[in-house]
Amino acid sequence: MIKQQFEIPAGYKKWTYGLLAVGIVALIAGFIFLGMSKNEHDQTRFWAVLLQNSVYFLLVCNAAMFFICAITLAHGGWSIAFRRVPEAISAVVPVFAVLAFIVFLGLIMGHRHDIYHWVDKEAVAGDKILTWKKGFLNPTFFFIWTVVTLSVWVFTGSKMRQLSRKADEGPMGVEESKRYIWNNTVWAAIFIVFFALTVGSTIPWLWLMSIDAHWYSTMYSWYTFASTFVSGIALIALFIIFLKNHGYLEYTTREQLHDVGKFIFAFSIFWTYLWFSQFMLIWYANIPEETVYFKMRFQGPYRGFFFLNFTINFVAPILILMTRGSKRNYAIMTFMSVAVILGHWLDFYQMVMPGTVGENHNLGWFEWGILALYIGMIMFFVGRALTKAPLLPKYHPYLKESLIHHT
Amino acid sequence: MDIRKFVVGSFDDEAVLFPAVKKVRKAGYKIHDVYTPFPVHGLDGALGLRDTSLHTAGFIYGLTGLTTALGFISWILTRDWIQNYGGKPHFSLPAWIPIMFELTVLFSAVGMVLTFCYLCQMAPFVKKHIFHPRATDDLFVMVIECTSKTNVKETEDFLAAAGAKEINVQIAEAGWWLGRYDQDSKLFDNKSETVTA
Repeated sequence: MIKQQFEIPAGYKKWTYGLLAVGIVALIAGFIFLGMSKNEHDQTRFWAVLLQNSVYFLLVCNAAMFFICAITLAHGGWSIAFRRVPEAISAVVPVFAVLAFIVFLGLIMGHRHDIYHWVDKEAVAGDKILTWKKGFLNPTFFFIWTVVTLSVWVFTGSKMRQLSRKADEGPMGVEESKRYIWNNTVWAAIFIVFFALTVGSTIPWLWLMSIDAHWYSTMYSWYTFASTFVSGIALIALFIIFLKNHGYLEYTTREQLHDVGKFIFAFSIFWTYLWFSQFMLIWYANIPEETVYFKMRFQGPYRGFFFLNFTINFVAPILILMTRGSKRNYAIMTFMSVAVILGHWLDFYQMVMPGTVGENHNLGWFEWGILALYIGMIMFFVGRALTKAPLLPKYHPYLKESLIHHT
Repeated sequence: MDIRKFVVGSFDDEAVLFPAVKKVRKAGYKIHDVYTPFPVHGLDGALGLRDTSLHTAGFIYGLTGLTTALGFISWILTRDWIQNYGGKPHFSLPAWIPIMFELTVLFSAVGMVLTFCYLCQMAPFVKKHIFHPRATDDLFVMVIECTSKTNVKETEDFLAAAGAKEINVQIAEAGWWLGRYDQDSKLFDNKSETVTA
């Protein structure tokens, strides 16, 4: 008997609601004690943490759709057996897009120049560098581009999911299959091109790099992309293992998990490549306006995070995931996926915090509480999305390729 | 150098090859190798080959390259020929990482190619016996190794029953490297028929 329809297990529900409760309490307490505090530092901390989490988890969930689209464009069939998992993860994007948008509204309308220095008109007018950047770094452009980006992600993502549901309806003939694959390819291409224009370039500049408004790095967007993509894959791996352990996804074998593990391994190295390139060029050239970014991170109060980041996100994956056996082992893959997701969360922490809260950084109850809130939301919405469609796209033309997949 | 007798069966379809490999192994014949025009997924598993240790060798070569680079550069720049580059410390690790990376890749790549050639018994000027020229074109060629006890006729019939399109018997050198086969107890005894491979 094939278990095609996911039903949320009781333990999963318990954890979801537990994390959500913790998170909502943390959010409310954070709003009262930090957000409305008289202390400037507390307010900055409140908004910085919201910015870090909302952007990180939005990009991580959106990376799941990137994963689907990239494989669709490459005519890859191996992932069809678990395709509903990244689809369910990407179904969270609309929710997280709205949440991120609310945070941005709060940041810009609330005139939070402690987060985005460039919203302060007077400071910009008296600042040569920021005046140059005014055409790009201004509230109007920020809002227009953010709204366009979020709506195109949501729209093309839901289009891809909708197309995928067609594979549940009935057998397709040869011509129909060809048309189906072509439709998928077209929509995936639209998504990918737009993804390159957003995550691949402009969006990390606007949302994250503009925290350090005077500084810039051409590596930044790729670095952000690599960070979120590898975490997105890790999230997919976690859900696959979870579903396998509960007796679902019986056509997804260790072969597929092995390939997902290869993705985590490879993109951890890719992330390190960009992380190091950004660091080394600045370290080598030693130009003050560039090195200022690493002053805090490499020598200042974030030195610990800097090396912790490197250890979790590079040393651990490369050594632990190198062998074939470890990528096919549920326990090791679960451990590494959790490590990678947390590691890149810390990566985002040290991207956002030095330019905002600076020396007053504090990885305390509020940070972990908001993390719990987002994990709870991912569990809640992904679990719900998984129940809505059969876990196997039964009539997908590439299904057989996935079933006989072998590494 | 040892000369052996082989029964060679050629298949023209992957779908026939897989069950044939299973049947032949089940019947107790020793498959010398299967030559295919392209990598066939899962064939190594069907043949019961153990996982290659080539990647372990690659890892060790990589580590060798890494330590070579680190040792050599740090020796040059901190002991042998100290220079000041842009006011950086003499031991400036970030600047060396690209070179360490390159040597890691170089050592592991070259080392693995050489190891691969060794494992496949390939070297310059060494001719390998080719069991069927179409093994690089469109035929899957299964080679069964005979011992003195093997009944060749029976083997041929068995291959035909398993779906082989072309069957013949060849006598060839099995391996030239360090006498790997010499320890086997029963060599093919009819050495007068030698065909130099």
